[in-house]
Amino acid sequence: MKGNLHSVETFGTVDGPGIRFVVFFQGCPMRCLYCHNPDTWETAPHTQTDAEELIAQYLRNQQYYVKGGITATGGEPMLQPEFLTDLFTRARAHQIHTCLDTSGICFDPAHPETAEIILAVTDLVMLDIKHIDDGKHRQLTGRSNANILAFAQFISEKGVPLWIRHVIVPGWTDDPDEQLRLGQFLGGLRSLKGLDVLPYHDLGKRKYDALGIPYPLENVQPVSKETAAAAYAQVLRGIRMRLREEIP
Amino acid sequence: MFKEFAPEWEGFTPGRWSTTSVNTRDFIRSNFTPYDGDESFLAGPTEATKQLWAQVMELAKQEREAGGVLDMDTKIISTITSHGPGYLNKDLEKIVGLQTDKPFKRSLQPFGGIRMAQQACKAYGYEVDPSVVEIFTKYRKTHNQGVFDAYTPEMRLARKSAILTGLPDAYGRGRIIGDYRRVALYGIDMLIADKEHQKETHYVRMTSKNIRLREELSEQIRALEELRELGRIYGFDISRPAKNAQEAVQWLYFGYLAAVKEQNGAAMSLGRTSTFLDIYIQRDLNRGIINESEAQELIDHFIMKLRMVKFARTPEYNALFSGDPTWVTESIGGVSVDGQHLVTKNSFRYLNTLNNLGTAPEPNMTILWSRKLPFNFKRFCAKMSIRTSSIQYENDDLMRVTHGDDYAIACCVSSMRVGKEMQFFGARANLAKCLLYAINGGVDEMLKIQVGPKYRPVTGDYLDYDDVMDKYDQMMEWLAGLYVNTLNVIHYMHDKYCYEKLQMALHDRDVKRYFATGIAGLSVVADSLSAIKYAKVRCIRDENGIVVDYAVEGDYPKYGNDDDLVDQIAVDIVRRFIDKIRKHHTYRDSIPTMSILTITSNVVYGKKTGNTPDGRKQGVPLAPGANPMHGRDTNGAVASLSSVSKIPFRHAQDGISNTFSIIPDALGKDDRLFSGDLDLDRLRQEDDDETDY
Repeated sequence: MKGNLHSVETFGTVDGPGIRFVVFFQGCPMRCLYCHNPDTWETAPHTQTDAEELIAQYLRNQQYYVKGGITATGGEPMLQPEFLTDLFTRARAHQIHTCLDTSGICFDPAHPETAEIILAVTDLVMLDIKHIDDGKHRQLTGRSNANILAFAQFISEKGVPLWIRHVIVPGWTDDPDEQLRLGQFLGGLRSLKGLDVLPYHDLGKRKYDALGIPYPLENVQPVSKETAAAAYAQVLRGIRMRLREEIP
Repeated sequence: MFKEFAPEWEGFTPGRWSTTSVNTRDFIRSNFTPYDGDESFLAGPTEATKQLWAQVMELAKQEREAGGVLDMDTKIISTITSHGPGYLNKDLEKIVGLQTDKPFKRSLQPFGGIRMAQQACKAYGYEVDPSVVEIFTKYRKTHNQGVFDAYTPEMRLARKSAILTGLPDAYGRGRIIGDYRRVALYGIDMLIADKEHQKETHYVRMTSKNIRLREELSEQIRALEELRELGRIYGFDISRPAKNAQEAVQWLYFGYLAAVKEQNGAAMSLGRTSTFLDIYIQRDLNRGIINESEAQELIDHFIMKLRMVKFARTPEYNALFSGDPTWVTESIGGVSVDGQHLVTKNSFRYLNTLNNLGTAPEPNMTILWSRKLPFNFKRFCAKMSIRTSSIQYENDDLMRVTHGDDYAIACCVSSMRVGKEMQFFGARANLAKCLLYAINGGVDEMLKIQVGPKYRPVTGDYLDYDDVMDKYDQMMEWLAGLYVNTLNVIHYMHDKYCYEKLQMALHDRDVKRYFATGIAGLSVVADSLSAIKYAKVRCIRDENGIVVDYAVEGDYPKYGNDDDLVDQIAVDIVRRFIDKIRKHHTYRDSIPTMSILTITSNVVYGKKTGNTPDGRKQGVPLAPGANPMHGRDTNGAVASLSSVSKIPFRHAQDGISNTFSIIPDALGKDDRLFSGDLDLDRLRQEDDDETDY
């Protein structure tokens, strides 16, 4: 079956373990202020590609992906659940490690069936939590974080390994108390296997200029690695706090 | 052939190397200690190292401020023994020896060509002494003069139009690696005895071939005598084998130093020395005469010397090679033919110089990469690559098949068995320009004169694939013949007037010679032909009917995206051209090989190549080596590498290069910001400050 894709990156090194074949889905319902792929927002048809074709391309070069696999990202892969399931099912048939990089925004706790089908063929979820505070999450992304946090719980319950990604943006996510709160939430996720704290950078700005979209974080300075490392340590502190509360 | 087990060899396991013949490989195989551990044993720089390196950095600064050259010899012609001893700081240096009597002073080497030597001096405000100029114009012929005496008008024209380009006809050809390890293992006297034996046992019928070899062997013996003298100048008796690690490094370095005093070659590579030297270091460590810090100091001081190697070169030469490279390539690691990896602690020490002395492009540390290398070493290499961007990687699994397990890389990719194989460096033929000649019937698109044969040019407004391929095939046929013959002239004359007697003295008598041709512009050719085949390409002619530009209508598959439609065109061109090369007589029964490896000179070649049917404009650089054209590989590195990897190594055995740049952050995550294997049970138990990042 065909998916609406933005592009393919055959040498992905930061989107999951190992060297990965990264499939960028076209279309995203979120409008995060610091999104560095605004060219994947539009849901209008872009490049229509067959899942089987993608798998064939992967297999041709599979010696590069010995410790890697396929990552679905975007855009928002869960906007195309049938295609995503088809792609991952085919990958699984060839023992290819599947990783879903998602915002979790498509998850509906009242109807988790679609997510359940997808998770059944997913080896790892990389979930992006933009903000632990719902109010600030709305300002930052235009949407509530309730379903996203619920999705994290759901993944954890299903026992699917989970990596959490969190971007440190000056004035938005650099408050140590909130970082601690995020950690406390994460400490309750039993399938948590990874934490990735990213310093905000403005490399996406060029794409906004090219697309003629005003860059929302015009005056925000990129974050140093040191600042991000401190945030990482703070989130870990929160995780430990939660773990000790639950099992003293 | 050796009468007794030399006292300096005590503690080594004997073998054919000690009983039968000069055989460095056998010595290594019987004595080396593979190392599977990690880098934690390594030592930092000593005070002496820090002080010496600060001195070198200061000199480098002065050299930059002086406009690129600090000092030059204008009168003393560089030979192995031309200069007295030179030092940075005699009291601190564990390894000594400079090309001239002073650090950073460039030597005068006119045997390749006096004009090149004069121009190199002039460019930096120096002038070669008139008496030297007189000697090398009136009395002593140079390689350059010999070549131009024999060149045909056609060869001169092809050179001028740059369809043949970068030819080593005015500078040293380089690309020869002496087995400098032999100096340490055997000492000069045994090596001379071996060479005498080679001479005595050679054919006595005096054909020109045999006369030449006898003369060369005599030259080699003389070079070894001079090398012994070079040792004496610095206060060492290198007539005997090295008896400890310091002597082994020193003896080996003298061998290399003599080579760079004698030759200003385009690439003066070191070979494969780290595991060899490890045997001496390990013996000293076992005996308790040195500690790790002292071992590292020896290597640091050795590498420091290699970093100081400099030649007098013209700004044009530097433009061609994008800098002032010496290509002191050292090959590290690899696996033996029976599957045992060859990594030792000294492999780590070599890479550790990048920590102790900071990063540098020279010596060109090259990892002979294999899946079978120990994990700890692989991880250390990756770590050092991320930290320094100074490591080159080559595919040992591929090259071992042809060259065994004691080969090394000359320059950037040319592989050869150390002391057993050498190559005649052949620069390259510009296949992109050749395609334009096919379209224009041999008329150069930039000079607007007839350079190639006057074949029928393309007529009509649109290029037809079959028509162009037919014409291109014929034009390549012509080019291959001209190219091989031009190189035959060059190498005949280089042997005659600028023979590498010291380097060849550190080879066996009967060496295997490779005739190393090369091509430039592969991706432009593949994309151009793909455009002609899968899109429509309209010719734009000037007032004389010469096609000078192309309009591409529609899209076409581009090389570098793992698309066989175009990748197979590239493969086909490589095969066709080497097969045409193979038809011709090559100098000294050398074996034709081909490289696709223009790593820097592609920029200059681009300037000399007109508009091409792929839409590339005149002056735009050709892609380096076998790389796709810049920006046309749109599916990421694996797809791009996959296209390159389709090029068959056996048809391009002198090497296929792919220049790959990536910012370290894009290669992986920082440990301080990322963990992919959190263990919640462990996290719960550890303190907040324990997390290791």
